[in-house]
Amino acid sequence: MNTIEREVDVLVIGGGTAGPMAAVKAKQANPDLKVLLLEKANVKRSGAISMGMDGLNNAVVPGFATPEQYVREITAANDGIVNQKTVLAYAQNSYAMIEELDRWGVKFEKDETGDYAMRKVHHLGTYVLPMPEGHDIKKVLYRQLKKNRIDITNRLVATRLIVGEDGRIAGTFAFDCRTGDFHIVRAKAVVLACGAAGRLGLPASGYLFGTYENPTNAGDGYSMAYHAGAELSGIECFQINPLIKDYNGPACAYVTGPFGGFTTNSRGERFIECDYWSGQMMQEFYNELQGGNGPVFLKLDHLAEETISTIETILHTNERPSRGRFHAGRGTDYRERMVEMHISEIGLCSGHSASGVWVDEHAATTVPGLYSAGDMACVPHNYMLGAFVYGRFAGESAARHAGSHAHAQVAASQIEAERQRVWAPLLREAGLPPNQVEYKLRRMVNDYLQPPKVTRKMQIGLERFEAIREDLDRLHARNPHELMRAMEVHAIRDCAEMAARASLYRTESRWGLYHARVDYPERNDAEWRVHVQLHKNAAGDMACFKRAIEPYVVDMNQNDHRAYAALRINKELTPA
Amino acid sequence: MSFPVFSIAEQRSSVPVRIDEEKCIADKGCTVCVDVCPLDVLAIDLSKGKAYMAFDECWYCMPCEKDCPTGAVQVDIPYLLR
Repeated sequence: MNTIEREVDVLVIGGGTAGPMAAVKAKQANPDLKVLLLEKANVKRSGAISMGMDGLNNAVVPGFATPEQYVREITAANDGIVNQKTVLAYAQNSYAMIEELDRWGVKFEKDETGDYAMRKVHHLGTYVLPMPEGHDIKKVLYRQLKKNRIDITNRLVATRLIVGEDGRIAGTFAFDCRTGDFHIVRAKAVVLACGAAGRLGLPASGYLFGTYENPTNAGDGYSMAYHAGAELSGIECFQINPLIKDYNGPACAYVTGPFGGFTTNSRGERFIECDYWSGQMMQEFYNELQGGNGPVFLKLDHLAEETISTIETILHTNERPSRGRFHAGRGTDYRERMVEMHISEIGLCSGHSASGVWVDEHAATTVPGLYSAGDMACVPHNYMLGAFVYGRFAGESAARHAGSHAHAQVAASQIEAERQRVWAPLLREAGLPPNQVEYKLRRMVNDYLQPPKVTRKMQIGLERFEAIREDLDRLHARNPHELMRAMEVHAIRDCAEMAARASLYRTESRWGLYHARVDYPERNDAEWRVHVQLHKNAAGDMACFKRAIEPYVVDMNQNDHRAYAALRINKELTPA
Repeated sequence: MSFPVFSIAEQRSSVPVRIDEEKCIADKGCTVCVDVCPLDVLAIDLSKGKAYMAFDECWYCMPCEKDCPTGAVQVDIPYLLR
């Protein structure tokens, strides 16, 4: 096994959604820069949208919504805990990004006059833009990477960021998951775009890779940002999704809703007003599952044949195309049977909820020279279009930084320590198989962290995660592929500890099911209308602290705040 | 008598990706399915010149099947989820 060094100006880690956009925008901002896109899999088919996407969930299109209205909606949906400047920056640049993607060849649904065919799914505004032919979005991105002459390396697994002696970012360490070679990539600026922490909880099937998120996204980015000293935020606001039971793909009420499909209980009755995924919606979903009216279903059997075949075409060819096969295996035909749904295991993902690396409206983290975008960067409910917009911000910011800074000095000891850590599982003669350690770790995440959250259980969970930390030193990899799994277990363990510590720190309940604490059942705005930040402190320990919410830039009225508290149909309203 | 510190048993697993070896052209140098897999679980059996699933770590996402030039790849839902 060799050690390979290279030097670039801007390094983008992660070639899924935000990463390719960041690389292209960095190069366009300053064509003299050497820009490298480093990918764990293959950029042609990597990340959350490897098979495409069936729609935009948060398009802010003139005539249908204003940026200010969108900021109000997301502020309410995230129970007030947002840095509005970041959401506003997204919203103001959302439409320009749609137009650019359209020019690049991404197909959005348009009406007979050529306008975007917007649909209403959110509680207040209209933000959903279908992409019934969205299956080739990765091909469109790949063409742009080639056109802009971005250097790409596939199958390199980043493990830790290199931090310069002055605290600036200095590049990354990585290894090749086929050869085991150790890579040192020095850079003046780094964009982290590694996706969600999608392999945190264990799916009920017990299949490690049957996750909602692409399981390649194991939380590597969260772990790397943490160890580089970056602040993370909102980790306690978990991602939990309403999915098709066992299949772990979305039932997609977003897609079916505009056609007349809806979420029901076992009596075939609607119980939520709005299918937009929020913590409050998930709480209602959970209540229905646990109550006598469960389980929960997606109901389509009342629709006309023509409508159902359109829905099938969209849902079985985009985003999760194996869905039709799953339904066929279970004998589920939308015409005759409702689709059984369930809630997912927990994950961390700002694309859907709010957990991520703290970034400002320029995608800058708290570490100089380090930027982040996409599912792992804390801009609540940012989804795919947010990944593109913040990918653009991150690329442009990184290009500016790299244009005005030299490479940071790096201590040789940092390099040697990481090379030893990474190679250790291959060099051990025997040890624990990574899949078993991962299974046990993620089963403990389910047992102790899955909401509703109980203080004593989370404390026991922390003890178990500490014990598994010792197992990390006994992981054994028989080949570089197993080494990839072994190093992912390190990242998953870090994310599990973050999830427990941030959840214990916030002693109130907020965001519906995402942070429902049984022993602190009330929302407490007097003490907890703040961000909970998590970082590695001066002693090297994981610590949480409060960060005040910046004054809102968009005025909220009382009705906006209440909107997401009153999702249940036929229920007495509880004041927000 | 001493025991090894780590004793390993292999478990059998029915893998979700099947290759039709009649159609697979890996022996002609094709590696498309191996290249596109996000989880890097496919490999080429060099003795046979055919692709196969080397690791049961599948997201049943289907680029391998969609991008195969000869239609040799079939992705099933993993048995535990089926």
